[in-house]
Amino acid sequence: MSSIKELEEESPVSRPSVGSAGKTGTWRVEKPIIDLEACKKCDICILECVENTIDKGSDGYPKIDYNYCKGCGVCANVCPVKAIKMEAEVKM
Amino acid sequence: MTFLRGDAACPGCPIPKELDAILDIYGKKTAIVVPASCSTVIMGDTVLGMPSPVTVVHSPFAASASIASGIANALKEEDANILVWAGDGSTSDIGFATLSGAAERNENITYVCYDNEAYMNTGIQRSSLTPYGAWTTTTPAHKHEFKKPLPFIMAMHRIPYVATASISYLADFKAKFAKARNIKGFRYIHLLSPCPPGWKFDANLTMEIGKLAVETGMWPLFEIENGKFSLSSISKPFLDKSKRKPIEEYLKLQERFKGLSKEEIDGINNYIDSMWSYIEEISKAKSPFF
Amino acid sequence: MRECMPCKGDKNGGRGEDVKNTAMVGNHAVAYAVMQAKPEVLAVYPITPQTTMLEKLAEYVSKGMLNAKMIKVESEHSAMASIYGASLAGARVFTATSSQGLLYMTEVIYWAGGQRVPIVAGIATRAIGSPWSIWDDHQDFVTERDAIWIQMMAENVQDAYDMTIQAFRISEDKRVIMPVMMGFDGFVLTHTMERLSLLENEDVDKFLPKKDFKLIDFEEPIGIGPIVTQDNYIKYRYKAMQAMERAKGVIEEIAKEYSNTSGREQYGLVEFYKCEDADYVILAMGAWAGDARLAVDELRKNGVKTGLAKLRVLRPFPKEKLAELKDRKAVLVLDREYSYGSGGVLATELKSALYGANLPIYSLIGGIGGKELGPSEIINAMNMVVQGKMDREVWFV
Repeated sequence: MSSIKELEEESPVSRPSVGSAGKTGTWRVEKPIIDLEACKKCDICILECVENTIDKGSDGYPKIDYNYCKGCGVCANVCPVKAIKMEAEVKM
Repeated sequence: MTFLRGDAACPGCPIPKELDAILDIYGKKTAIVVPASCSTVIMGDTVLGMPSPVTVVHSPFAASASIASGIANALKEEDANILVWAGDGSTSDIGFATLSGAAERNENITYVCYDNEAYMNTGIQRSSLTPYGAWTTTTPAHKHEFKKPLPFIMAMHRIPYVATASISYLADFKAKFAKARNIKGFRYIHLLSPCPPGWKFDANLTMEIGKLAVETGMWPLFEIENGKFSLSSISKPFLDKSKRKPIEEYLKLQERFKGLSKEEIDGINNYIDSMWSYIEEISKAKSPFF
Repeated sequence: MRECMPCKGDKNGGRGEDVKNTAMVGNHAVAYAVMQAKPEVLAVYPITPQTTMLEKLAEYVSKGMLNAKMIKVESEHSAMASIYGASLAGARVFTATSSQGLLYMTEVIYWAGGQRVPIVAGIATRAIGSPWSIWDDHQDFVTERDAIWIQMMAENVQDAYDMTIQAFRISEDKRVIMPVMMGFDGFVLTHTMERLSLLENEDVDKFLPKKDFKLIDFEEPIGIGPIVTQDNYIKYRYKAMQAMERAKGVIEEIAKEYSNTSGREQYGLVEFYKCEDADYVILAMGAWAGDARLAVDELRKNGVKTGLAKLRVLRPFPKEKLAELKDRKAVLVLDREYSYGSGGVLATELKSALYGANLPIYSLIGGIGGKELGPSEIINAMNMVVQGKMDREVWFV
């Protein structure tokens, strides 16, 4: 069977990769900051982050991957206890 | 199966989350056919790669349901899932005949329309799924045709499963895909997919707007299994008009609905009311579609 | 009246034990070849004059003679799209169409060519509207010549059968990996019964090994046909150009092998008939190459040393082989189509192939929309060439 590796010389294909649009964290204008004191570990921000960029840490708290977080603010909007605040990336 | 981060979607775009949720249910033995759409761009290029962890077959605009049909007829693996991931323009306009043909043949595929209610990839032009009253670049004085009722049209094709869903209701969303995964034949799932730049709302409001669409009755959540209609539990309360939130709460957050006249807002309310009268009838009917 | 070529492999006047001898209409001959090639997925949408091929294939499938899934698509665009998908998934595939249908699927034809996917399509040639015509010309076929598809054209029903089988092999060859279309004249061949010899099923099985191309692999997920940058698009097209060049040798090689298997000389890219000592050569493609063949014989009887260069393959255009014609007194090119604003496609391409050579190339445009043009018209045209009375481009209206 012809391997895909042989065929991809001639046939345009792409491979799965993280950062297919580069380091999208650089797009941010605002950055979400989680107040771990207020956080109830409900996981809603992890489930609803539209960019799939919040992981559950080993301590159970959400960990935002700032390399790729685009700063949309959905997490701040959906957090039921308002534990996430959006802060300006560039402080004027 | 995680949709890989760092993709080209706009901030606040629900597509990466929608695909992540679907792949979580559908798993590794899935191939997704993607016609021209925002998702084409989101799927990256040959150099930096793609965010999908499963095979993606890119498709010319009108052809996705056909390419998927071909794959489904050719693959030897019994338990493989063939998915179409198409926008509203591809589904309801240019690819409509193709979609209808694949449904009529009951091809063994899951067709998902992610409906952001306009041709967003090319910069917000109206489609037949753009709602009444919406601004787009081609309807600058607001659209006055009504949204084509795709889910009902697809149910009339006698396919085994039709559903509407929203990423704002993740459990309901995943349950529907879990059900669809185990059905053989043509499955059609229609997602309301709020678009921050296209609907002109702040990127952080995506989930909230999705919720308001359901709570105002604008986007009913339901399933049609073998022709039998059932409202999803989340939408059941909204049979009662008094339980539906006023549509202004949904409209005011989106600049595409700015400056609507009283007549236009009445038009929107009439649309919602008549849709729910219809829903009330078909909820009771034994076989409303065939 | 067209004579069919005697089959060199015939034993006992055609009733040899190991060579089937029969008569079929072109559409059925191609359907038979497709059946023997054992595709796994077919998609067809009916259009005159391909329809009886589709019906024969449906019959084979329903009788269990062809174990293929036949997708009854709702348009030609979907016919090409669905077999494109099936081919990516590893299936050997086939479709057929004509004219309007071929144009309707053109977007996907370019897609399949650009992605370099093995597909075989039978094209029953037919004039393109507007105005409506169901009759034969080559305009639809030549319209697809830029799409990164190999294009072969049959002279008779035997050719149509033979070329269909070779097409599967060529498209799947690892040095090529490119879709192939086999053109044959609408009604003139599709609906005309001619004698032909068929290969035994075992011989086709030996000639066509199992398809070895699959891009959809759940263990190795890829994006097929994604966006490419400006720097990379042209690199893929450059590779396609190189593959087309390689295809010339591959087609010749496969033709040779098929000649041995069938006992019928296939001639590769171009057949030179009585050209060795010819002063004048006719270049033709398709069914009327048979008329040109008769014209050549007749002209020779009257002392005009003519030959026929029968173009079997339009893409890749065999310019190196045709350069052999540079030392003749003149070439008369028959074009059953036209590139409006420029000239007959074959005439233009031959002139390009013979650039620098010092010989007149005459262009005869005829047969368009199915208008009858036979050996006597070709003979008259050649006589005018010989007498120096022929215009550079003549339309047979």
